[in-house]
Amino acid sequence: MKLFDNKIEFGGYLSACVVLLLILPAMNAFFPEGSSMHFSSFQLSLWGKYITYAVMAMSLNLLWGYTGLLCLCQSLFFALGAYAFGMYLMLHVGVDSVYNTALPDFMDFQGYTALPWYWAPFENGAFAIAATLLVPGVLAFVFGFLAFRSRIKGVYFSILTQALTYAASLFFFKNNLDLFGNNFILFGGNNGLTDFKEIFGYDVNAASTQRWIFVMSAILMLVVYLVISWLLRTKFGKVQQAIRDSENRVRFSGYSTTTYKMLIFVGTSMVAGIAGAFYVPQVGGINANEMSPAKSLDVVVWVALGGRGTKFGPIIGAIVVNIIKSFTTRMYPDYWLIILGAIFMLVVLFMPNGLVGLPKQLAPVWARIRGNSSTSAIAAS
Amino acid sequence: MNDLKKLTLGLGSAAALFTSSLVAQDTVKVGVLHSLSGTMAISETSLRDILLFTFDEINEAGGVLGKKIEPVVVDGASDWPTFAEKAEQLLAQDKVSATFGCWTSVSRKFVLPVYEKYNGLLFYPVQYEGEELSPNIFYTAEAVGQQAIPAVDFLLEEGYTKFYLIGTDYVYPQTTNLVLFEYLKSKGIPEENIGGGLRKENGEVISAGKYTPFSHTDYQQIVADIKSFAAGGDACVLNTVNGDSNVSFFKEIAASGLTAEDCPIVSYSLSEDEFRSLPTADLVGHLGCWTYFMSLDTPANKEFVANFQKWLETKAPSSVQKEGRVTCSPMVLSYNGVYLWKAAVERAGTFETSAVIKELEKGISFDGPGGTVTTQENHHLTKNVYIGEILEDGQFEILESFDNVYGEPFLKGTF
Repeated sequence: MKLFDNKIEFGGYLSACVVLLLILPAMNAFFPEGSSMHFSSFQLSLWGKYITYAVMAMSLNLLWGYTGLLCLCQSLFFALGAYAFGMYLMLHVGVDSVYNTALPDFMDFQGYTALPWYWAPFENGAFAIAATLLVPGVLAFVFGFLAFRSRIKGVYFSILTQALTYAASLFFFKNNLDLFGNNFILFGGNNGLTDFKEIFGYDVNAASTQRWIFVMSAILMLVVYLVISWLLRTKFGKVQQAIRDSENRVRFSGYSTTTYKMLIFVGTSMVAGIAGAFYVPQVGGINANEMSPAKSLDVVVWVALGGRGTKFGPIIGAIVVNIIKSFTTRMYPDYWLIILGAIFMLVVLFMPNGLVGLPKQLAPVWARIRGNSSTSAIAAS
Repeated sequence: MNDLKKLTLGLGSAAALFTSSLVAQDTVKVGVLHSLSGTMAISETSLRDILLFTFDEINEAGGVLGKKIEPVVVDGASDWPTFAEKAEQLLAQDKVSATFGCWTSVSRKFVLPVYEKYNGLLFYPVQYEGEELSPNIFYTAEAVGQQAIPAVDFLLEEGYTKFYLIGTDYVYPQTTNLVLFEYLKSKGIPEENIGGGLRKENGEVISAGKYTPFSHTDYQQIVADIKSFAAGGDACVLNTVNGDSNVSFFKEIAASGLTAEDCPIVSYSLSEDEFRSLPTADLVGHLGCWTYFMSLDTPANKEFVANFQKWLETKAPSSVQKEGRVTCSPMVLSYNGVYLWKAAVERAGTFETSAVIKELEKGISFDGPGGTVTTQENHHLTKNVYIGEILEDGQFEILESFDNVYGEPFLKGTF
């Protein structure tokens, strides 16, 4: 089955594979620091972070751009995946921590001597990886079941997902939970989970480990891109896009739109969750701030800026916005919010199809500049 | 669809942008890592300002080891992964010799692994809960023993016998109150005289005091609780509530008729700088405890305050707010940190981090605006502690001082 629209897309995909999987890691590994060919470990993990953001944006785009569901809890699914994997990392910091026990510091401090039952299984790496998929998946299933069955749509769906994000962030900000007289220690409260040491037996801060995590993040992005390309060409994908354009017609044609929306909602939540799992070892920590409502809006901005409903837009949007943010918070710390805000406004006002829509948008202008007198060519384009 | 090509081009050009900054020979780069935007900006921007002032002051006097300080200011944006990213940028790309920064504990927790990975040096200036000791961080901040405990000593001396603990629900208030709970018990205060509630796990107290979330505004019930707790007299409140919640809290206290005479409240998170944005009317007569007050009547402090005001008028960059500025403890501890780093570099004769840390560990004294501070082997400072009463103009009247208090981060379980 054909996955790519044309040869240019195929070529671009191949060159992205080469750059992300071979050239950048090789520049990091084989050229010494100080060489002009060297790509620093800092840059590599920074790009790794951008890539995980891009995967989250792609998952939102599948919901928003292709199914018409503006979901404001994608960052929550991302953070849940990050927490699930962060818990695994937190349980493998060894005994170097302040209290000289194998427990996370915040548990020692609160007088715990044994892991609570809901923490214990995360010591197992396989369980933690499964949890990065299942925790967001189950939450999306339950929430989606209630929301879609009641035919909650449009802005009401967005508001509900935003509320879910807010509720979850309040929960994760708490240190303890008192429930029926029992005290439950939660997930590190406001300080979250940081200061990781080991990942599957390797030093998480070592350059080689970070390089592998980067390569795997890149593979994740490239695979998700292929899966989305495939999905959009299947019958499932066609129905999905028809739901976006006119849900009632699809339903009256005999399709159970609820089932389609459920599947896509659960699927994208799992993609966001696994992206979160790759995010955590590259950033070095996770706290409840990552699931605050503002963060869920960030993703929407990335997708809108890059180009909603295009395969490539969310990747461009997530990476461009975050490059600009990294660059301006260092170069113009006092003005970067204004710069970024101005870019958002310009794109929304003048580029309705986002950054990836720009070439098409400029094509007629370009034709005119070339001074081609045959106006028919412009009309044809 | 040649967008993929654009991405690959972007990859290269962004990398080039990042590496393009060049280093001049006669300067030394230091990082300033504070939030200039977001919720923490209101507090942290003042620390950026005082640091820029300090660098100018040192540069005018000849710099450090003959090199002028070149500050690299970045914005942590009240966002913790951003803090970690900026810290790594400062260390890996700008190769700063030292960083002055962070306010919240969570921002420090996020940058700690970065400083350890690159063997960097961070000076942390804001009162904190302790229970941490990184070889790459110097905590010029007040430890619990340099703020919360002296305040309790003062209240015990004044004859108070009942203590109500209230705070915002995060690690600093939780830890401080647990330590205070143990300390009060060691001073013979019975459990029933410690208000706010206790939570126990397997018979051990794991949390003491009353907690509210960030930005909480409804204190009616809690103040009623405090009022009945204080009814017998000799009661006081130890307040670790953070930020704007204090406005609602003190408003409710004033409305309930509780006065500073009936039941004084010691606030650990409110300094002169916070009073620029909080109405002080309801706080007058209540207490504060820091290692510096702007009202300190010493020649060193007067000179410091005057120099800062002069710098604001003449040299401060346009992004610095000029009107109505005050100085406070976190600002002075930032200032002290820069001078301690300078002294350590000069003793070591190099900017190399390990050598500088070694010198700092040996003990270096600096006569700062709040009195002499001395670095300790455990990366904290010995310094003076002052108790003050809040006045209407947002200043403190100093009631008591404790000289040369040792900074100890691990207090829990020691009483």
